[in-house]
Amino acid sequence: MSKLLEVNNLSISFTQYVQGLNRHDSKVITDLTIDVDEGEIVAILGSSGSGKSLLAHSILGILPYNSHVAGEIRYEGQVLDQELKEKLRGDEICLIPQSVNFLDPLMKVSEQAIGECKDENEHKEKKLRQREIFDKYGLDESVDDLYPFELSGGMARKVLLSTALVGNPKLLIADEPTPGLDAKSVKETIEDIRNLKEDGKGVLLITHEIDVALKTADRIAIFYSGYVIEINNVENFKNSENVLHPYSKALIDSLPRNGFNLTEGVQPLDEVSGCPYYENCPIRLDKCEKNKPELIDHKGIMIRCFNFEEVNNGT
Amino acid sequence: MIKINNKKLAKFLGFKAIRLLILLIVIAAISFIMIQLSPIDPVKAYLGQRIVSQEQLAIVGEYWGTNLSLGERVFGWLSTLASGSMGFSLIFRVPVTEVIMQKFTASLTLMVVSWLISAVVGFGLGVLAGAKEGTWIDKAIKTYCYILQSTPTFWIGLVLLMVFSVYLGWFPIGLSVPIGQLSDTVTFWQWLYRLILPAITLSIVGIASLTMFTRDKLINVKKSDYFLFAQARGESFWGIIKNHGIRNILLPAITIQFMSFNELFGGTILVEQVFAYPGIGQATVAAGLRSDVPLLLGIVIISTIFVFVGNLIADMVYQYVDPRLRGEDDE
Repeated sequence: MSKLLEVNNLSISFTQYVQGLNRHDSKVITDLTIDVDEGEIVAILGSSGSGKSLLAHSILGILPYNSHVAGEIRYEGQVLDQELKEKLRGDEICLIPQSVNFLDPLMKVSEQAIGECKDENEHKEKKLRQREIFDKYGLDESVDDLYPFELSGGMARKVLLSTALVGNPKLLIADEPTPGLDAKSVKETIEDIRNLKEDGKGVLLITHEIDVALKTADRIAIFYSGYVIEINNVENFKNSENVLHPYSKALIDSLPRNGFNLTEGVQPLDEVSGCPYYENCPIRLDKCEKNKPELIDHKGIMIRCFNFEEVNNGT
Repeated sequence: MIKINNKKLAKFLGFKAIRLLILLIVIAAISFIMIQLSPIDPVKAYLGQRIVSQEQLAIVGEYWGTNLSLGERVFGWLSTLASGSMGFSLIFRVPVTEVIMQKFTASLTLMVVSWLISAVVGFGLGVLAGAKEGTWIDKAIKTYCYILQSTPTFWIGLVLLMVFSVYLGWFPIGLSVPIGQLSDTVTFWQWLYRLILPAITLSIVGIASLTMFTRDKLINVKKSDYFLFAQARGESFWGIIKNHGIRNILLPAITIQFMSFNELFGGTILVEQVFAYPGIGQATVAAGLRSDVPLLLGIVIISTIFVFVGNLIADMVYQYVDPRLRGEDDE
């Protein structure tokens, strides 16, 4: 049985022209591998501005024209090429966008949830469905006629979620669903996303908020400097003992409840020849400087670190 | 549906009326003072080529109030204006209001037709260029606009006349009625036939600026998050352009088009001159060349009102159609 979504060794880079005619390819995502199953929530956790959203854009086929994509994305076992993306997006694969800016400022929200229709009948059908979903999220009929600027933060969140659900998708991609929300709305959002899982939908959650990832996801992929360095089950993130990568450990230790232990150092901006965490790593090996570790399976945990490769080879 | 808040509308129009009044007083006074300070002598202009003695000249001058101070003259002009009279035209020998009414109606059809042409064509080309940004269609439209934008209206008029009237012979050279026919006996088709070339000329410059504006706005919409989201939802490209693109650029485009009334008026003067179309533009030139001070001042005031109305409509469109501005006071 194939997984709902499989991303294998995906790399995304952009061609830029720096200082006149010098072409420069900047890599944003390198060698990303992840999978999502039905009824599962997988979070991609990384710092803001690190290019996580591009994964979502890549799955939906809405990357800008100057981007280059390598690797493979499969949906239910089928290779997801541009043609299939265009067929499935908005239908089986839906995006839950970041903010109210993703709604047309001059269109009533109910019409936006309904979306493009071929004829009157389809519109009527979708209108019923939209009403049903709005009701489910406690948006009464007066909300139908509001414009995006009239929505409160929490309402906007629910409307954005509803836009994704009118088409009854199998896979949802939530791109930073909680920025700038108050604690209550964040809690509701987490609740809503978890409910999607109960309905058997697969959710790819892209976020920079550790707490949201911990409370929502089944598995978490740690995204560091364009690489996925570890994919681990959410239970293991409760304690830094149970995560493998030194960066993941540092991340968990830096949480307030774990003692606020900060680790010095920044993510490299330019491409490095070795392990991206080499500069800051406390357990680095000699070969880490010049060689890139692969993402490997270590007792069911996906990890990108030579230390565990050694262990694997040793046993 | 557009809900109109009557109280708000009355307040809005009231404020605008006061502003128009102040504007008119200032414009009337300034243009009058400027003419007084210019070398134009209304007495000489009135007498034309007739030979008169010094005494007679003095009598006419006194009758016309040339011996009064500038302040008294301005006050006199404004108070006459307030009573609804703009004086007598020296060229046409009828009240200025009558001349303006007649000429302005003739020009209005020309202006309205070309304004509509430039609105439809300009907006259409802008949407096409914006949607197809970077392709040869976009480049062709852009080049066309740059050429139009940097070409004077009267020259375009002359070229069109040469090509379509002289070489091809499709359209008449000028005038709004066939030579030797009274304006009352002109049929609708004759009139329309003669309107085509001047109207096209006048619309051409408006097309260029509106197209570039629309194109730019649409490109901005294409870069917006909601455009991206619509794509992510599987809407078709032209569907998005129609549902989200045009929805978001129509308002600013309409506004720009109403704000262009001043260019329209300026263009009319040149176009009417080239095509010998007897409208307000020709009257303006004649009044200027033959020192018809009352008519010139009357036209200044009428054109002020005309441009003001354009801006007023643009303001109202925004206030009452854009939900983001409409909502502010309703809550």
